[in-house]
Amino acid sequence: MRLHLKIWRQKNSQTSGKFVDYDVDGVVSDMSFLEMLDILNDSLSKKNEEPVTFDHDCREGICGSCGFMVNGLAHGGVPKTTVCQLYMRNFKDGDTVTVEPWRAQSFPVIKDLAVNRTAFDRIIASGGYISSTVGSATDGNTLPIPRPIAESAFDAAACIGCGACVAACKNASAMLFVSAKVTQMALLPQGQVERAERVEAMVAAMDEEKFGSCTNEAECSAVCPKGISFKTITRMNSEFIRANIFGSGNGE
Amino acid sequence: MKLDSKAPSGPIETAWSHYKDHLKLVNPANRRKHTILMVGTGLGGASAAASLGELGYHVKTFFYHESPRRAHSIAAQGGINAAKNYQNDGDSIYRLFYDTIKGGDYRAREANVYRLAEVSVNIIDQCVSQGVPFAREYGGQLSNRSFGGTQVSRTFYARGQTGQQLLLGAYGSMMRQVKTKNVELYERREMHDVVIIDGKARGIIVRNLITGELESHFGDAVVLATGGYSNVYDLSTSARQSNVTAIWRAYKKGAGLANPNFAQIHPTCIPVSGDYQSKLTLMSESLRNDGRVWVPKKQKDPRAPKDIPEGERDYFLERRYPAFGNLVPRDVASRAAKVACDEGFGVGATGQSVYLDFADAIKRLGHASIESKYGNLFEIYQQITNENPYEVPMRIYPAPHYTMGGLWVDYNLMTTVPGLFAIGEANFSDHGANRLGASALMQGLADGYFILPYTIADYIGGTPLQKVSKDDPAFKEAAKNVQNKIDKLFAVKGGKTIADFHRRLGRTMWDNVGMARNKTGLEKAIAEIKNLRNEFWQNVNVLGDKNNLNPELENAGRVADFLEFGEVMALDALKREESCGCHFREEFQTPENEPMRNDEKFAHVAVWEYQGENQQPARHTEPLSFENVKLTQRNYK
Repeated sequence: MRLHLKIWRQKNSQTSGKFVDYDVDGVVSDMSFLEMLDILNDSLSKKNEEPVTFDHDCREGICGSCGFMVNGLAHGGVPKTTVCQLYMRNFKDGDTVTVEPWRAQSFPVIKDLAVNRTAFDRIIASGGYISSTVGSATDGNTLPIPRPIAESAFDAAACIGCGACVAACKNASAMLFVSAKVTQMALLPQGQVERAERVEAMVAAMDEEKFGSCTNEAECSAVCPKGISFKTITRMNSEFIRANIFGSGNGE
Repeated sequence: MKLDSKAPSGPIETAWSHYKDHLKLVNPANRRKHTILMVGTGLGGASAAASLGELGYHVKTFFYHESPRRAHSIAAQGGINAAKNYQNDGDSIYRLFYDTIKGGDYRAREANVYRLAEVSVNIIDQCVSQGVPFAREYGGQLSNRSFGGTQVSRTFYARGQTGQQLLLGAYGSMMRQVKTKNVELYERREMHDVVIIDGKARGIIVRNLITGELESHFGDAVVLATGGYSNVYDLSTSARQSNVTAIWRAYKKGAGLANPNFAQIHPTCIPVSGDYQSKLTLMSESLRNDGRVWVPKKQKDPRAPKDIPEGERDYFLERRYPAFGNLVPRDVASRAAKVACDEGFGVGATGQSVYLDFADAIKRLGHASIESKYGNLFEIYQQITNENPYEVPMRIYPAPHYTMGGLWVDYNLMTTVPGLFAIGEANFSDHGANRLGASALMQGLADGYFILPYTIADYIGGTPLQKVSKDDPAFKEAAKNVQNKIDKLFAVKGGKTIADFHRRLGRTMWDNVGMARNKTGLEKAIAEIKNLRNEFWQNVNVLGDKNNLNPELENAGRVADFLEFGEVMALDALKREESCGCHFREEFQTPENEPMRNDEKFAHVAVWEYQGENQQPARHTEPLSFENVKLTQRNYK
């Protein structure tokens, strides 16, 4: 099939960008969206035009590198799918497809479709971990964890940090990203010690990075490629209130 | 080149603990005065940076991704081994050691492997304490499953995303050290050279991928945790950007390169569907716990799998290897699938795949149980192939996956260049000629959490290290050479794309240095690679700017290095005149088509030393002696 693409081209963070039209031929249904862009880039190279830059790496939906808006939807809008796992069987011959980077103040565009998501790392550095110094751990089975708890913690821990949640939110809120980590740690017994400080520090870091507020529209979880539940946000809100009232000393 | 393994003598059970007791230490107050440069932030790099940061060293980390969490360790699916014996099935440190040595076809160093098995139990404890959500039994205990080449269940897992969860655990610990400023992050930097002053590794040259600036960084030791080089085959299960550049540039600065031909071809990957394909996707080995591998007994059988009755199917792994069945080691399973396809029994449109069938397991355990074990893998498979593996058997074919070869390191994980260390997949140390499933994660974390922090202290504590600065002529010269190379790439302005060269190199490597090798093919590969390299430097086209984010330029540099490295890989395969593990030389096989080792001549590590541009490198050897296992023909029957 043949597609018409409107792709955001921007040289660097200092210049402004614009949509550029391209036609791409020979697209087949078993190709991924990124492989379709590879074909476009190959044809651009052969014409001595600079290829379109986009972040990507594992191409199996786990590294979290890739991600951009396809026809206005983060990762293209197929449920639980990163754009590297978006297959062209979801498109038809002659379709016009608009491709643009995540749009969020906290994710400035670096070039074309690549954005800077290091704000996420700074949020994790503020407290998104359990402080367990190497060498001090006790035997893994001394702490039995009920299977449903382990499973729920895993569901939250599956976040790949791609930023689709921020891009899909009209307020560019990072609540789903932060709440996924807060939920994982709050559910596990190992996470109890720093439970209050963690949520407070991470929420403060999120505000510092100028992510927007959450207005409960759940656009984030609708596009999340790992299906992180909106309930994690509910949990984070309750964790935050709990921390505010009782503090880290569990204050009753 | 002097190859002193420093492997301790004496009883192997106490060797590491005795060795550790006599390593030099660095006083806690002095550690912050020492800077360690960590290149790469996968399982090895992140766990090492976290541990060294906790100890109080100043660690600078460099990675070409935007975030440390994107490293390719994230994609490991199936699990991590540890000799916990939680299943009461006879596992022990010795048995994990033995399985690993045997699985590697007796081409790994005993002392290193024993130490790996020994610290494996600490890794699980450490990861649990970090909040890694491992699979649990209903009683709350940690759950285990089986992987290839073993007869016990010692693999810990977090659904099919174990690598992700372990990496996020290590990344979290490292980010805690970022908060305390013991660890600094340098994102979107690619290492281009190692700087050697007074014979010691004292710095690196990195390119800032956003500005194009070449930066000099100096320190007291350099650690390469830069992963493997499966992408020399172009199509592999590695992330697209994984490359050989860091270890290749270190090799050119004097680090010995060990067993480069040892590349693992993983048996269960989704087969190639077309020329446009950018990546091969692995289907975890854990699937072989419940999936049965088969082909039709009739060549080129056109029937759908469900129409082929039981009696007309050949479950060839179960037939050839009744003791281990579908769970034979990877090299054995891959070769068996290749033989089936080469003989015309392959299935699918191209005939280049075999079935991995879950029908029996679904019947026995139920749909829900299979879904809870492998749900996300089945989803990936369906997403890619548009086929539902709950109803139709998966189709799989082997693909390049992991490289056992890498920089030669001694027992301290130090290369032949003093002060230059290599950990994880970047070194050669533990897997011999074939890695067992779920052992890569174990090795990366063993090196980073529990080995390097001790041995690097011994180096720093025991080595006089003069003050150096970025103004040292060695930095200026290295930066100049890097700049020249970049300029040269842009100057070619030829007519072929970088991808075109990578594809052609990959084809040559796959055909001649892949699952089966022979003298004629290897000699042909060497000649082809030379030609391809010449053509690259006359006809490649690199677009874009040098002072801007430019993935084309990054890729061009990596492919240029693969075009040199591939030749050494083929040369290494040519000179190893035996078959062992992944290295199957057609000239050396048993009547049952199993690899035939030559222990008399080749029970050694082959280490290549750089001799200058376009010169054949020198081959050195580190003899391997086996005191705790008996060398036998591997038998999985």
